[in-house]
Amino acid sequence: MVAPRDNEDVHQILADAAASGTPLEVVGRGSKRRLGRPMQTAASLDLSGLAGITLYEPEELVMTARAGTPLAEIDQALAERSQRLAFEPMDMGPLYGEPENSASIGGVFAANLSGSGRLRHGAARDHLLGFKAVNGRGEFFKSGSRVVKNVTGYDLSKVICGSYGTLAAMTEVTFKVLPAPDKTRTVLIFGLDDMRAAEAMSAALGSPHEVVAAAHLPASIAARSSVSYVSGAGRGVTAVRVEGPTPSAEHRCRALREELARFGETEELHGMNSAKLWREVRDARFFVGDPRPLWRLSLAPTDGPKAISRIVRALQGEWFYDWGGGLVWLAIPISSDAGAHIIRGAIEGGHATLVRADAAVRAAVPVFQPQPGPLAALTRRVKESFDPKGVLNPGRMG
Amino acid sequence: MALKMPAPDQDVLARRREIVAALREIVPGEGVIDAEDELRAYECDALSVYRQLPMVVVLPSTTDQVARILGYCHENRVRVVPRGAGTSLSGGALPLADGVLLGLGKFNKILDIDYANRTVMAQPGVTNLGISTAVASAGFYYAPDPSSQIACTIGGNIAENSGGVHSLKYGLTTNNVLGIEMVLVTGEIIRLGGKHLDSEGYDLLGLMTGSEGLLGVVTEVTVRILKKPSTARALLIGFPSNETAGDCVAAIIAAGIIPGGMEMMDKPAIHATEDFVHAGYPLDVEAILIVELDGPKVEVDYLIERVAEIARRCQSMTLRISESEEERALFWAGRKSAFPAVGRITPDYMCMDGTIPRKKLPEVLARMRALSEKHRLRFCNVFHAGDGNLHPLILFDANKSDELERAEKFGADILRLCVEVGGVLTGEHGVGIEKRDLMDTMFDEVDMAQQLRIKCAFDPESLLNPGKVFPVLHRCAEMGRMVVSKGNLPFPDLPRF
Repeated sequence: MVAPRDNEDVHQILADAAASGTPLEVVGRGSKRRLGRPMQTAASLDLSGLAGITLYEPEELVMTARAGTPLAEIDQALAERSQRLAFEPMDMGPLYGEPENSASIGGVFAANLSGSGRLRHGAARDHLLGFKAVNGRGEFFKSGSRVVKNVTGYDLSKVICGSYGTLAAMTEVTFKVLPAPDKTRTVLIFGLDDMRAAEAMSAALGSPHEVVAAAHLPASIAARSSVSYVSGAGRGVTAVRVEGPTPSAEHRCRALREELARFGETEELHGMNSAKLWREVRDARFFVGDPRPLWRLSLAPTDGPKAISRIVRALQGEWFYDWGGGLVWLAIPISSDAGAHIIRGAIEGGHATLVRADAAVRAAVPVFQPQPGPLAALTRRVKESFDPKGVLNPGRMG
Repeated sequence: MALKMPAPDQDVLARRREIVAALREIVPGEGVIDAEDELRAYECDALSVYRQLPMVVVLPSTTDQVARILGYCHENRVRVVPRGAGTSLSGGALPLADGVLLGLGKFNKILDIDYANRTVMAQPGVTNLGISTAVASAGFYYAPDPSSQIACTIGGNIAENSGGVHSLKYGLTTNNVLGIEMVLVTGEIIRLGGKHLDSEGYDLLGLMTGSEGLLGVVTEVTVRILKKPSTARALLIGFPSNETAGDCVAAIIAAGIIPGGMEMMDKPAIHATEDFVHAGYPLDVEAILIVELDGPKVEVDYLIERVAEIARRCQSMTLRISESEEERALFWAGRKSAFPAVGRITPDYMCMDGTIPRKKLPEVLARMRALSEKHRLRFCNVFHAGDGNLHPLILFDANKSDELERAEKFGADILRLCVEVGGVLTGEHGVGIEKRDLMDTMFDEVDMAQQLRIKCAFDPESLLNPGKVFPVLHRCAEMGRMVVSKGNLPFPDLPRF
């Protein structure tokens, strides 16, 4: 483990690694180390020492923080000024047996982790405005800026998001922050099957009520919620969230309940209950402490239930939907390939990521969706443009 | 004006006849243009001060043809410049003397409208407005709205990562595109994204968006569409100074309000537009703000009142709230015609496009006034105040001895100032050839080298749109910008802001 204290240390360590061709594991605060393929590395580059918010200007809707800054620290600073990260970064740690709130902001962007609000507000990648990093050549570079509207040069913020530390070790990130809404309301619809739930979510998302999030929990998942309105329902629960200034959140909630009444019985959640439910959905809490392999499917929203119906013909699984049906969390029984063949064969357009499995399974099965030839070759060339010797998280996405 | 572009490859020019014949094999009929009078239509984009006849124009109509054209050009080391509608303000589609101009105009079909998933799949030559129009009957629209939207294409929007007045709330092109099909310079066809929300592997779609035609040619686009807000209302607020108007912008955002649009104009811009469109702008104020709120009526009515309160606290001198769609349109009419309005009071003008941190606005305006005196040229400002995107318009007369040169120096000074206060060279018009030689004010050699290596990963021979975005030769003393001479603009009636 090497633990740099500042940018210069990171620069030095990676310059040495590049010169000697020494492969390194890049780690923020370690909440997601078991996401991706197992790697052969000589040491871990621990960026948790690069911590602290270096710029926060609420009126400018912008914050800069060192990459190892705990997400929890950022959330707190934002909450004090009634702001937030609108993409609602997921806290993945608990899925891997790590403590809650152990993520770093750098890790959030490196994994492009977005929660339920992604539907309306965009993903992590839509919020990263600029960054500083050291690439696999041991060069310290920057990209982007601190302003929202910027088309100067290539948008490297996009490609660094979701690159899982395989392109560069970020030392500092600058991102957009947004006002937290005054009020949040969640409309629940009870008793829908997956197909009908997808229709209800489509109807909600196609309404003018600016729905922020839409999820569907089949009965067995809903039963595990800590929100009694949900767990006590005894059937599937579909949840649709609206936000805004108090009068409009209330108006939207009322209007949605009227529009969605044709699908089934409705209820509404306020304040704490609403926040609790969406946190469970965001973090896939229903699968914490569960030994089963866990998949994350990103699909066209209406394809979610269709893919699941094909998959469950061959595999016994448990699942729920976020992003209006476009994000499926699927746990399946333990097996040597974690059902990869069946799952990837059942989706058309979109992709499946094996988020959690034993190291042996992750070594045997591509964790990320395999790419067709020309795209795979291009991906390799892009990797080499940052890290020609493969010293940064080698093979993690391979 | 001297602009250094890559030197034409004499070997390629010598093979022109053979290249034209090969392209005709791929695209039969009228899809290949080599007669000089017909090539003239393609000699520039909306940055019309720079002109160059292309070697040949090819107008394919299928992805397969694009793939074969690029494959041929790659194999034969021929440069290619992709072009949509040619509305770029930064010279992104400026042809090369030894280059094939690849026009995507025949890719003009909407392929799929999917209301359940809220997506539209279209060919890249469909106009930005064409997408919104196609889904308008169902109450949907495509959010990014560059002011050239009646002409500019969705493929061009991806190349430039186009914005619009509503980008503060609804994002730029990059935040609204879900997938593309594209052809690599080798002729290989790849798909990135689709109707799903997250990219698989590296986010190459995000990289492609705003890459100004240097990485590949987009042949199909999937965007997300939104339901139209049920209500929109605007406030027109006058202030005694630019500073108080700037304070009001900050106060609105600090109050947790993100308006659909928030635009500012300074006194010279107000007077120029009021004389032109008679929108009823107050003439005794130093700055106006147009703030638009959209959403359910109950929310809009509530926020309008809150913004009005904030404006009064920020010493507003006048305040009007639109009571009808006609009145709202009138508030916008002045803003949207700012460029042509300014065109009436000056023989020529040059439009800049820097972004700054909002709070630096008073400082930047004060320093721009000093620069105006230094360069002995007038200017006025229209400003996407919500996201800090400045469009200073420099007024000059190209027929007077050194005014063009002074205007260019003034413009370059403004952009350097934007970078110095923490901003950027271009917020939405792109680097193109226009700001290419200023890139080193924002990026050092290592930053630039990383970007260039990405270019190499996509296009190692630098055949796609070379000479754009990155300085090619020595730093050029001249900084090009959007220069508009009367009667010379390819789209004279298109609103610009």
